[in-house]
Amino acid sequence: MSLSAEREATTSEAAAEISGRWSSLAKELLATRRVVIGLAIILGLIAMAWIGPMLSPWGFDERDFTAFRSPPTADHWFGTGNTGRDVFHMTMVGLQKSILIGLCAALFTTVIAALVGAFAGYYLGFTDRALMWVTDLFLVLPQFLILAILYPVLRDQGWLVFVLLLACLMWMVTAKMVRGMTISLKEREYVLAARYMGVSHGRIILRHILPNMSSLLIVDATINVSSAIILETALSYFGFGIQPPDVTLGSLIAEGSRQALAFPWTFWFCTGLLIVLVLAVNLVGDGLRDALDPHSKSRT
Amino acid sequence: MAKFLVRRLLSYLVLIFLASSIAYLIAATTLSPRAYFEQQQPPPSDQAIERQLDKLNLNPETPLAERYATWVAGVAVGDFGQTITDQSVNEAIARKAGVSLRLIVAGTVIGATLGVAMGAYAAVRQYGRFDRVTTVAAFFLLAVPAVVVAVTLQVIAVWINDVSGMRLLEYGGEYSANLDAGFWGTLLDRVQHAILPTMALSLSLFAAFSRYQRNMMLDVLGSDFVRTAMAKGLTRRAAMIKHALRTALIPTITYFTFTFGILIANATFTEKIFGWHGMGAWVVDSISTQDVNAVAAVTFFMAVCVMAASFLSDVLYAWLDPRVRVS
Repeated sequence: MSLSAEREATTSEAAAEISGRWSSLAKELLATRRVVIGLAIILGLIAMAWIGPMLSPWGFDERDFTAFRSPPTADHWFGTGNTGRDVFHMTMVGLQKSILIGLCAALFTTVIAALVGAFAGYYLGFTDRALMWVTDLFLVLPQFLILAILYPVLRDQGWLVFVLLLACLMWMVTAKMVRGMTISLKEREYVLAARYMGVSHGRIILRHILPNMSSLLIVDATINVSSAIILETALSYFGFGIQPPDVTLGSLIAEGSRQALAFPWTFWFCTGLLIVLVLAVNLVGDGLRDALDPHSKSRT
Repeated sequence: MAKFLVRRLLSYLVLIFLASSIAYLIAATTLSPRAYFEQQQPPPSDQAIERQLDKLNLNPETPLAERYATWVAGVAVGDFGQTITDQSVNEAIARKAGVSLRLIVAGTVIGATLGVAMGAYAAVRQYGRFDRVTTVAAFFLLAVPAVVVAVTLQVIAVWINDVSGMRLLEYGGEYSANLDAGFWGTLLDRVQHAILPTMALSLSLFAAFSRYQRNMMLDVLGSDFVRTAMAKGLTRRAAMIKHALRTALIPTITYFTFTFGILIANATFTEKIFGWHGMGAWVVDSISTQDVNAVAAVTFFMAVCVMAASFLSDVLYAWLDPRVRVS
């Protein structure tokens, strides 16, 4: 075999093996059973939340005056509430909102955390001290309390503002981790190379440092989805969360828990769905951590 | 090391001051004490409302900076002002802080100790039956919001009481009113009331800690220094406890600082659901009665708790990690 033919053979082999970041990520994920199961459950819940209301014979606001607080029947799959509203339809709409809140809040949280952490870790010095000080301050402020105090203002703002605020109070721990990783990443050759090529600081952070910790960010975003859903539930329980006419699983649980003994179907269906949702998200997060983290022990 | 701790303590004091100031400012702008007086029956006259608002330093007509200055001047000499019903906030704190502290301390100690112990043991026996059971339990508990845990415990308590035909577990209030049963009877009554709330609080803490400690322990178990410790003749148990667990505890302590805020929020839910008149239940009520001074005082209390936890973990950190002590 001639030398050039051999070289050609190796390059074509290498091209077949080396795949892009995203396709190798996808391959890694699909090989992890927990992630697949978790994703399947989440997709199932999403499908249920958006298709379910269409199948239900009852409307969201519709009341059944012949059946107040009726247990599950063929007509009302999850029973009816105090005012004769169909619990199945309300639960599905609540599930939609909870999923949306979880995803959006996690996305915002991770973006804030990545930016604050990366800038603090990259510049160090004064920027770092100032940003970390703000982080510490936010860590001291009890997030539940601040959201509860802000409730009179938030009441009339709609759920997106609420989600933004939720994100503003959840980013701190991730930011500290991102900062730690940035400090070690910024010494790497490719960052120095980019620096010597004259790439600006901001661009280095966005194009070189953050993509290189994408696995940490993805895992953390997943975890944040479940913490956002849980925090929203807690706030809604005390009436400081999403306001009617919007419903979430949290506000349904709040309503149901006061009569969990007498009318269990108003409590257990929404609670069960919430637990399944959070479990599935945590399952994905846990599996992702194992799949993406080269140091993870459970891989071996 | 003393210098390190003193420096941390100073920065904590500043953070506590800022946190309660921010809470005061937000509360003073968003809550409307006037609305509270206006909906009273019979409605007081405008002048009466005005007079009461001025007296309590709650009048929205007074510039925010002025109200804040009055509040800070009071706090500086240890006076948190008056509640909206014109009672001393200080007295209310004295009455309620103990309730919350008992709950938080008991919940933290039980939850964290059990979590760390079980997580570490599960790691040592990785993939054993104990490991599988605790992993599944912790995983499930982590997915259940604290509110649901508390309500479920109440449902279970009702069921247990029904089955046993006695009031074994109490799920409302901190103690029975007008109980006259001597020292032991009172103690028993308190314990009966305390079991469920403490459990509600420690369960979620246990779940988080056992997961985390298990992972940290797994990272350490394969290290050379653990092998060396056993090679030089230490028993497996001594090597695990003195070398592996001690090292694996260091990141857990940092984690403790981060989760303490969540724990305080959980304590709020627990108090409210089980009807304990602690700081957490007070703040939820104060927000609905538009009580600015009480909200600020509770934030101060919570910030102090978080900082005390951070300081505690600094001390523990220095104790566990020789590198901190030396430098």
